[in-house]
Amino acid sequence: MAQICGAEVDEEGFLVDLKDWNKDICIQMAKDDEVELTEEHWGVIDFLRDYFEEYQIAPAVRVLTKAIAKKMGKDKGNSKYLYSLFPYGPGKQGCRFAGLPKPTGCI
Amino acid sequence: MATKKFMYLNRRSSFGTVYAIESLEVVLIAAAFEQDVSLAFMDDGVYQIVEGQNTDGIGMKNFSKTFHALGDYDINKLYVSKESLEERGLSESDLMPLVYEDEDDDWAEKSSVKVVTNEELKAIMSEQDVCLSF
Repeated sequence: MAQICGAEVDEEGFLVDLKDWNKDICIQMAKDDEVELTEEHWGVIDFLRDYFEEYQIAPAVRVLTKAIAKKMGKDKGNSKYLYSLFPYGPGKQGCRFAGLPKPTGCI
Repeated sequence: MATKKFMYLNRRSSFGTVYAIESLEVVLIAAAFEQDVSLAFMDDGVYQIVEGQNTDGIGMKNFSKTFHALGDYDINKLYVSKESLEERGLSESDLMPLVYEDEDDDWAEKSSVKVVTNEELKAIMSEQDVCLSF
């Protein structure tokens, strides 16, 4: 099975054991996707990790957008902003970087 | 796409079988299609939304937390059988305070849980286009 920084990932690049996550893994995943992580990325990644801790699921994009608008303001809680940070999708790519499983209901 | 009324009927407790978690997964997936979704809890299914579940001893994910996310998925109709609660010595105060924000009422926080008699539940079920039992 493929590995990133010694941690196992599945065929889509998601961590197999969520407990393996650390910032180095996140940075390496971003590097492989040619994304340079900024403070703004980390804001969303932290948000996703908190969301998972609270609800035990990775949110669908629609729900993520709404939740971020509520917590971080409307200028960030919109899909244009989120896709500018995560071009492969804030749900799919964002959750992968954050060490979460693929979002339930991600279609 | 025409909206259909979907009801997910939950009749088994949270752990021991996969029915409860599978039902919740299907509900979350269905939510992406913007249908009219409601959940019903009867028989041992009422245990799924009891407050204070702890899975530390059984090595399973405590997915009861996920019910709190349903409001954000616009799922805010959770019907609970009054008789099933009473048969198990439970009341509404033993259930998790599951809420949603009402878009049409200045985002006021409202309860998603509604305790109904089996007779009322029967009537609600008969209004559904699709009823899936877990």
